[in-house]
Amino acid sequence: MLRFIIRRLIITVPMVLVVISLTWGLIRLAPGNFYSGEKALPPAIEKNIREKYGLDRPWYQQYWRMLSNVLRGDFGISLRYQGQSVNQILAQTLPVSATLGLLAYLLALVVGITTGTLAALKQNSRLDYISMALAMLGISMPNFVLGPILVLVFSLTLYWLPPARWGGVPSWNLVLPVLTLSAVYMAYIARLTRAGMLEVLRSDYIRTARAKGLSERQVIIRHAMRGGLLPVVSFTGPALAFLVSGTVVVERIFALPGLGNYFINASLNRDEPLIIGVVAFTSIMIMLLNLAVDVAYGLIDPRIRY
Amino acid sequence: MNEALLSVRNLRTYFDSEDGVVKAVDDVSFDLQRGETLGIVGESGSGKSVTNLSVMRLIPEPPGRIVSGEILFNGQDLLTLTADDMRRIRGKRIAMIFQDPMTSLNPFMRISRQLMEITELHLGYSRARARAHAIEMLQRVGIPDAAARVDSYPHEFSGGMRQRVMIAMALSCEPELLIADEPTTALDVTIQAQILELIKRLKEETGTSVILITHDLGVVAGLTDHIIVMYAGKVFERAPTRKLFTTPANPYTKGLLRSVPDPAHEHGRELYQIPGLPPDVARLPPGCPFAPRCARAEELCRREFPPLVQLAPDHYSLCHFAEAVYAESLRERDARNQSGIGPAVKQGAEMDLSNESR
Repeated sequence: MLRFIIRRLIITVPMVLVVISLTWGLIRLAPGNFYSGEKALPPAIEKNIREKYGLDRPWYQQYWRMLSNVLRGDFGISLRYQGQSVNQILAQTLPVSATLGLLAYLLALVVGITTGTLAALKQNSRLDYISMALAMLGISMPNFVLGPILVLVFSLTLYWLPPARWGGVPSWNLVLPVLTLSAVYMAYIARLTRAGMLEVLRSDYIRTARAKGLSERQVIIRHAMRGGLLPVVSFTGPALAFLVSGTVVVERIFALPGLGNYFINASLNRDEPLIIGVVAFTSIMIMLLNLAVDVAYGLIDPRIRY
Repeated sequence: MNEALLSVRNLRTYFDSEDGVVKAVDDVSFDLQRGETLGIVGESGSGKSVTNLSVMRLIPEPPGRIVSGEILFNGQDLLTLTADDMRRIRGKRIAMIFQDPMTSLNPFMRISRQLMEITELHLGYSRARARAHAIEMLQRVGIPDAAARVDSYPHEFSGGMRQRVMIAMALSCEPELLIADEPTTALDVTIQAQILELIKRLKEETGTSVILITHDLGVVAGLTDHIIVMYAGKVFERAPTRKLFTTPANPYTKGLLRSVPDPAHEHGRELYQIPGLPPDVARLPPGCPFAPRCARAEELCRREFPPLVQLAPDHYSLCHFAEAVYAESLRERDARNQSGIGPAVKQGAEMDLSNESR
C-alpha cells in the first residue's frame, strides 16, 4: 500500500509537467498577446514589452525559463495584475474557493447519501419518487439558472439572506453560493447512492445478514453501506478537486473573490503565468484526490490489492 | 405423538407480478419432529425455497406476501409475531444456510466479525468471548488453523471453506432448527460429499433438526428421515425417505426416480427424462399442474384438481390415481425383491433434477 502511494506520488510530478507544457504550448498557439488590444501598439513600445518579458528570445529558451521557475515553485508575476505574483494571488483566492468548495462538498455528501439511502430503502414510495425527481431537476438545472433564482427568492423577495459578496467565515453570505454550488453534486450523489444501495440490498449477503436476526438498521449500516457507497467514492474524489479549485459561474454570480474568477480573467487576458499557476494547482489537486480515491477503495474493499 | 418442532399448515405465499399473481407456495403443509431431518425436493420454481423463506419470514414484501396459513414453531405461530420478536428467533433458534457461499458472506467484512456479531447479538457475548467462540466454531466445522484464519476476508477462502464458515455461523447459537437451502449445489462434487457429511455429523452432535432443500434426490437419500416432493408450489408427495424411494405413489416422483442415472444396470441405455417443462406458476391450468407432462394423465386430470390421498399413516400423494400408482410400485418392488436385483435407485445415488428442466 505504502509503495503504491509513493509510486503514484512520484508519477504525479512528470504528469503535472506534461500538463503545464501542453498548456504553455496552447497559449503560444493561440493568436494575439497579453498586450494586444483593439489598437495596435507603436512598434517601439511593443519591442520594449517583448524585450522586458523575454518574448524576443527563441521559444525553447522561453519554455525553459518558465519550466525552471515552476520547478522552483515560483510561477512568476501576473502580467495583468501588476505587482502581484501568481503565488500571492493563489494564496489570496484559494481560501475563498476552498471554503466554498469544501462546504458544498460536505453538504452534497450528507444530503446526497442520506436521501439516496432513504430512497433505496423505500423504493417506489412517494419519498423515492419525490427525491429522485428533485435530483433529476438538480442535475439538469445549470447553476447560472439556480443561483439567480435563489437570489431572487431568498434575497430580493424574502430578504432572508445577503445576495452576494464575501463576508468571511462563518457568514450568512455563504449560504446561497454553497447551495448553488452543491446542488448538482448533491443530486448526483443521491442518485449514485440510491443505485448502489439498491444493488447491494438485493445481494445474497444482505439476506444472510437478515437471516442472522440483525435489525434493519444494523443490516444497512454494518452490511449494506460499504458496498453501496463504493460508486459514490469514485465520483467524489474528482468532484472535490473541481469544487475546491474554484467555480467560475458561482463566483461570478455572487461576486466572490475566488480562484475561478481569476482563472477566467487570466485566460481572457492571456495572463500566461497566472494560467499556468492555476492549471498546475488544479491538476495537482485532481491527481492527489484521485490517488485518495484509490486508497479509499483499497481500505473499503479488501479484495483490492496494490 | 409429541408436538412437532415445526408445523406448517396450509401455507400460501404469493408474489404479485406483472403477469398476475404467482402462487409460489400454494397450500403447503408438513411437520418436522424434533431431531429429524426433512428433505424438500423439487425443481427450480417449485416453491421449496419460498416455503423456507416464509418460515424465516424473509419474503421480500412487496412483491411477496404470505396470504394465509400457520407456521407453528414449538406451538407458536411465527406469522403472528412482531418483527422484533421474529428477529430474536432468526439466527438464534432457526438458522439458515444458503446456496451460494461465494456471495452469501459479506465480502467487505472479516470472517471473525461476521461470526462474532451473531453471538454478540443473541447471546450477549463480549467481544473476547465471541471471538473465542468464533474460533471454536471454525475448528468444529473443520477449518484448519482456525485461530490464524479467523481474521481473513471471505475472498481468501475457497467455496467449500466458505460454506463451512456459513455452517459455523448458522450453528453459532445452537439453533433448534437448521434450514439448509441447496447447501451443496454451488460446490464441486468432491466438496459436496464433505459438506453433507459435516451437516450430518453436526446434526448428530447438537441434536438440531434440519430441513434440507435440494433438487438432487441423491443428496437427500442418505441424510433425511422424511421427504416432501414439491411441484408448482404444491406438495405432490410426502413420505418417509425409504418408502418414497421404494414405493412412490405419484407419477411425478416416479419420473424423478427413473431419471436417476444407474450405471450398474442401465449401461448403454438412454437416460429417462420427464417430457416438457415445469409450468408457469402464474398461469396454472385448472386441473393437475403436472398433467401436461404426465404419461398417465386422463381427461379427469386436466379438468379437476387432484385430491391428497393418504396411502399409509405417513404417506400422502397428490394424484387422482395415487392408489393405482402405489399398487404398481408395490408390485414392482416385490418383483425386484424376487429377482434379487436391488431397488432401481440405491440410496445415495446421484440424481440431478435440473437435467430435465434444461
